[in-house]
Amino acid sequence: MENRPLEYDYTVAKWFMWSTIILGIVGMTIGVFIAFELAFPSLNLVLGDGLAEYTNFSRLRPLHTDAVAFGFTVSGIFATWYYVGQRVLKVSMAESKFLMTLGKAHFILYILGVTAAVITLFMGYTSSKEYAEFEWPVDIAIVIVWVMWGMSIFGLIGIRREKSLYISVWYYIATFLGVAMLYLFNNMEIPTYFASGGHGDIMHSVSAYAGSNDALVQWWYGHNAVAFVFTVPIIAMIYYFLPKESGQAIYSYKLSLLSFWGLMFVYLWAGGHHLLFSTVPDWIQTMGSVFSIVLILPSWGSAINMLLTLKGEWQQVASSPLIKFLLLASTFYMFSTLEGPVQAVKSVNAIAHFTDWIPGHVHDGTLGWVGFMIIASLFHMAPRIFKRELYSKSLMTAQFWIQTLGIVFYFTSMWVGGITQGMMWRSHDEYGNLAYSFMDTVAVLHPYMILRGIGGALFLIGVFMWAYNIYKTMSARPIEESELQSATPMGA
Amino acid sequence: MDIANIQGYAYVGAMGFLIVVLYAYIYHLYTKRKNADGTDYEEYSNMALHDDLSDAPVADRFDAKKK
Repeated sequence: MENRPLEYDYTVAKWFMWSTIILGIVGMTIGVFIAFELAFPSLNLVLGDGLAEYTNFSRLRPLHTDAVAFGFTVSGIFATWYYVGQRVLKVSMAESKFLMTLGKAHFILYILGVTAAVITLFMGYTSSKEYAEFEWPVDIAIVIVWVMWGMSIFGLIGIRREKSLYISVWYYIATFLGVAMLYLFNNMEIPTYFASGGHGDIMHSVSAYAGSNDALVQWWYGHNAVAFVFTVPIIAMIYYFLPKESGQAIYSYKLSLLSFWGLMFVYLWAGGHHLLFSTVPDWIQTMGSVFSIVLILPSWGSAINMLLTLKGEWQQVASSPLIKFLLLASTFYMFSTLEGPVQAVKSVNAIAHFTDWIPGHVHDGTLGWVGFMIIASLFHMAPRIFKRELYSKSLMTAQFWIQTLGIVFYFTSMWVGGITQGMMWRSHDEYGNLAYSFMDTVAVLHPYMILRGIGGALFLIGVFMWAYNIYKTMSARPIEESELQSATPMGA
Repeated sequence: MDIANIQGYAYVGAMGFLIVVLYAYIYHLYTKRKNADGTDYEEYSNMALHDDLSDAPVADRFDAKKK
């Protein structure tokens, strides 16, 4: 047998890399389509009345949110874990047959789970809880997939060579534990078919909680899904990929530890801000607002730490499109973690609640922070996985500017549209009569809806450029291991 | 003393406790490296920068002798 030196095994990382790209394209294509549905409602019937059930906004909206959150983002989390985990723990998956088999089984079951989720949502099966729409059989599959990932994490940690765990590993562990807790509690549901002795649809279930309690648990989940899917694992990524790509040590490792514990403590209490001015107790609303403001500190702790990591190396921002992505991701993180707390202040929320400013805020974070970070991570990983230089630097640069423009279109239109909407809803004459009907606001918002759709389309074009660049990397110029130490080698 | 008062005192007490914990943690991070067998947490950045399988770990888990 050939005696080859031990290498990191990226098989599972590579598989998840492809699912990240494919599910990103699927989720964002649906997103752009439903954005244009809001601008041009006739698109709801684009395939005729008979198929309207499958093309209307309400059926497609959960498919968009779930495909980008649990498809694109979660695949990206898994892909980067199977890459970063091995490297910072200094252990190869090839060293453990069990972990290798588990990793592959994890991917296969994940794809089966995603397929089941897409089919059931398309068929109209939904528990009607936002970001937790999957019905109980799919929930069970998701729990199994998640437990398998946990076994992979702790299995790899168990055979590591490095004594301490790098900061990114802490963030991945927190992602695993946080989502496990949130998902289990929010999806406590009773399948009505079995509870009623065989009546009704076997897929149907009701929540174990009722009324305001259900809303509270739902938004404790909903907000912390943002925490543990869109924030914590993405910080894990930036703490590895930015220092590695720039060749710079983290500005302050101690600050990274402090921010970690700060974020862990504060985030879980902020979910009440989704229920301001609703029927939940006033103190919960106030607590949600206060903790949202406090949340700026640990969030900015991480973001500033990343910006300062580039101290003395700012020329890299000009010369490398990959560093541009990483820098802007970190900047958008700062931006959206300031915007969120501002919206959670009660007096601001009185205008912002239920308006388009909210999806505007969400997309600052998801496109600018999550999207850019996953795109940059895979750009960094691809040459190392394929042992080839990245296909095209100029294509990456063009993608960066097109997507940045897309995000600017998105959030500026939703700011202006959302605040206009909020102000129109609350304006009244001297007798207290509302000044505008709901339809007046719909008419005013039309141009902003079009701009939002254009912004999303620009971002989607960039995603296709990203996919093409990574696809072509597979057959680009082969490179030596020594060229991969820090900055990613790129073709013209 | 009614429940609202108790909640108020408990709140102030909890805030004080957490502030002490936070500053104690910062103190710990800065003083740990000054001990004989202490850790300089800033060295941990090297786990990402020198992460080839052939690179020496920042602290080897299987190294029985501590520096």
